[in-house]
Order: sequence, then structure tokens, then C-alpha cells
Amino acid sequence: MDTIIDAFFNIDIMRQATPLLLKGAWVTLQLCAVVILLGLFGGLGLALLASSGSAALRLPAFVFIDIFRAIPPLILLILIYAGLPFVGVRVPPFVAVCIAFLLNNSAYFAEIFRSGIKAIPKGQMEAARATGLSPAQAQTWVILPQAIRNVLPDLLSNVVEIVKLTSIASVVSLSELLYSANMARAVTYNSSPLVMAAGLYLLLLWPLVRVISRFQRGLSISH
Amino acid sequence: MTAAQPLPTLEITALEKRFGETQVLRSIDLNVRNGELVFVIGPSGSGKSTMLRCCNRLEEPTSGAIHVSGKPMLGIPRKELDRMRLQVGMVFQGFFLYPHLTALKNVTLAQRKALKRPRAEAEARALEMLDKVGLKHKADAMPSELSGGQQQRVAIARALALDPKVMLFDEPTSALDPELVGSVLKVMRDLREGGMTMIVVSHEMQFAREAADRVVFMDGGVIVEEGPPEEIFGNPKSDRLKAFLSRVSGEAA
Ligand SMILES: Nc1ncnc2c1ncn2[C@@H]1O[C@H](COP(=O)(O)OP(=O)(O)OP(=O)(O)O)[C@@H](O)[C@H]1O
Ligand SMILES: [Mg+2]
Repeated sequence: MDTIIDAFFNIDIMRQATPLLLKGAWVTLQLCAVVILLGLFGGLGLALLASSGSAALRLPAFVFIDIFRAIPPLILLILIYAGLPFVGVRVPPFVAVCIAFLLNNSAYFAEIFRSGIKAIPKGQMEAARATGLSPAQAQTWVILPQAIRNVLPDLLSNVVEIVKLTSIASVVSLSELLYSANMARAVTYNSSPLVMAAGLYLLLLWPLVRVISRFQRGLSISH
Repeated sequence: MTAAQPLPTLEITALEKRFGETQVLRSIDLNVRNGELVFVIGPSGSGKSTMLRCCNRLEEPTSGAIHVSGKPMLGIPRKELDRMRLQVGMVFQGFFLYPHLTALKNVTLAQRKALKRPRAEAEARALEMLDKVGLKHKADAMPSELSGGQQQRVAIARALALDPKVMLFDEPTSALDPELVGSVLKVMRDLREGGMTMIVVSHEMQFAREAADRVVFMDGGVIVEEGPPEEIFGNPKSDRLKAFLSRVSGEAA
């Protein structure tokens, strides 16, 4: 019993690792902010293309969405980080992670937005166009507000997944939370920093997870 | 075009519509004068909705021409089409209010975004129109808090607020509980008295008798017979109209 506490819940080691892990948590937060925003905007753009009336816009969007939902994000990240130098582009780890996440997250967010848009009755668009609104105005003021409201729980769930997924950035030596914890573990020969990292993720995500489950409960009650 | 007569408010000329192989409208000609209420009847699938939807190009006509106050609806750039649509109000069977906006915002949205009216002016106009349909006190209600009849009246106010030259009604009362039909018909009667030009597709024959200037009977994508309500209901000529009327009155009895 003592050995388990010593190896995983060692307060002294955690105290030593705290500055490093807080720094890592800060990098994770910044990374999350950037990749979530990129993914949301990329996904929204893709979803609008995928919902468009023109097949010339729709098809490439669907191909993009399918491809990047199927490629494991870890492989994508390594390919981008290791591959770009071969075509003469050298990018810092942070940028490589942003590119990989943009490709992957946009595809996932696009699917969510698209299902939201698809669920809005056709009459909404027709009513809007019949009152002289342009296609873009009808999307902006009539369709998207309803679509986004309907898929808000799915968007938030995806945000939770993304936050957790940012830990793969450690493979390209970006000093985010997992990388920092792993480093502390290597130096101290003790797993307590990893437990602490898990605790920090929990602290970060727990409020979000609560909000989502409240949403879902609210939905199932109102239905 | 005859020079002596004033321009029709809505002019449908040789309108054809095909969905793939199915010919839904065959050479429809219909002129609606300023202030006239044209009532359209016909069996299910005869093309009534399609004709209305061609008038504001929710459906793309296969051939023919549509003019509103002499200006073409077809063969114009999209921006011009958006402007022309402001002149053609449409009321749907399913209301299609925007569920995320209050009644007031439903009525101001297109005024603000399409007509570019300033907020104060758009809101004043919206309240005026909501008052006209008897729902000024519901301005801040969400559509989900309104009865079907109230929703349909807000939808009418939404179209009216854009100052259309003609209003198209596609079975405006068919989705309503019987006790709510009267309130919507009353609004339509008021509109007619105010001189609005209207095409109404509906099964409310009593309303047609009282309020229509002209009744048009469609079947199989053509206008089979048209005339004043007394003639159409009292003295139908074609067998198809006779059969339709006896079927409808049989249902009503
Ligand atoms: N988008 C479409 N694609 C294919 N066929 C269509 C489409 N819309 C309408 N139709 C067909 O066109 C015909 C006329 O339809 P329309 O809705 O205009 O009839 P209607 O007179 O309004 O009938 P109802 O009284 O049932 O509303 C029908 O046979 C219908 O199946
Ligand atoms: Mg119809």
C-alpha cells in the first residue's frame, strides 16, 4: 500500500513538479484556445460548403471531411511535423500541432454543424428567402442560430475531446501538460506528476462535462 | 399588352413547370388586377402550390414569364430577385415562423436586413402590423408560446411589413384547429378591404363566396375554369369542376 502511495500520490514530488506542470497546463490552455477556434471556424466553413446547393462546392467538402475524420490525428501530426521539412517548410511544434488539429477538428466540427443545418426544416430557408433575404443572410440570421443551438451539446462534447487530444502534442516535444508531466516523471523516477496531470485535466474539463450532461438531461426532459 | 388597361399587379404568362419528366403546370395564364382577390381551388396535386411558388421563384419555372407591376421576376440577377421578392408576400400552410426569435423580431428581421430599415422604423412598422393582425400584445412572445392561429397571423404580419404589392396564401388555414381558422380568415378579409392584391389557395369555400373577386379552378396543371364565385359555385360548366365541387361539398356535409 505504501509503495502505491509513494509511487503515484507522493506529495513531495507533486510539490516539486508543480511549477513545471502549471507551465505545461498554461501551454495546453493556449493550445486549446487556438485549435478550438480554428476548428470551429474551419468546421463552420466546411459545413456551409457541404450544405451548399452547388455540387462543385459540396463534393470537395465531403471528401475533405471523410479523409480527415478517417486519419488518426496522431499519425497526421507526425506526418506534418516530420514531413513538412522535406518540402522545405520548417515549422515549430506549436504550428505543426495547429495544422494537424485544424485538419482533424474542422472535419469533426463540420459534421456536427452539418447535421444541425440539415435538421432545420426546408420551410425556414424558404420563408427567409421569400422575404427577400439573400442566401448568406438567411444562413446567418435564420438557419445557423437554430442549427447551432440544436447541436450545442455535441459541439461541447467535441471540445472536451479536443482538450484531451491536445496531449498528443507531446510527441513533437511541445511542452504542454502531458509532456511536462512525463518529463517530471522521468527526472523523479516517480509517476505522481502523471496523476497530477490527470487531476489538472479533470479540473479543466469537469465544469464542461457538467454543463453537457445538464444540457442532455434538459433535452431529454423537454422531449 | 393592351395599352388601355392598367398594368396587372401580377401577370403569369404561359407558365410551365416540369419536375423531371412530370409536367406539373402546362401553360398557365393568369392576371391579377390591383386590389383583386383571386381564389384558387383544385384537387390535390393539381399544381396550386407549384403555381404560387413559381410566382416568387421558390420553384424555378421551366418556361413562361412572371411580372410584378410590369417588372420581370425571371431572368434577373439574384440581387434583383431578392429585391423583387420583397414585393411578393408569401404565407405558408406551415407558418414557418423563426422559432428562435420573438414575434416582433420575426417581423423586423427582413425589414432590417433586406430593406435596410433603421431599427426604430422597423420596430414601429412591426408593431403596426402586429396590431393589424390583433397581436400587438404578443410582440415579445416566442412562436412556441403562440397558438397556430396566432403564429399564422404573425407570419402574415411578417410578410405585410415589407409592403408587398401582392400576397400569396398557400392553404393558410389548413394546418389549424377549426376554432382558430376564423381569426386568420378575418385578417385576410381585413386585408382585402384595405385593397391588398391577393391570391389565395384554400379549401374555405365559404370565404371564397364572400370575399373572392374571382375563383380559379385548376386540375392537372391547367386552369380549367374561372369566373366570379357565384358562377363557379352556382353554375359550374366543366364536368371536372362539377365533380370536384360535389366531392368537396360531400366532405363538408
Ligand atoms: N419538388 C418536387 N419534385 C417533384 N415533384 C413535385 C415537387 N413538388 C411538387 N411535385 C408534384 O407536382 C404536383 C403538383 O404539386 P402541388 O403541390 O403544386 O399540388 P397542389 O395542387 O398544391 O396539391 P395540394 O392540394 O395537395 O397541396 C404533384 O403531383 C406533386 O407530386
Ligand atoms: Mg399545395
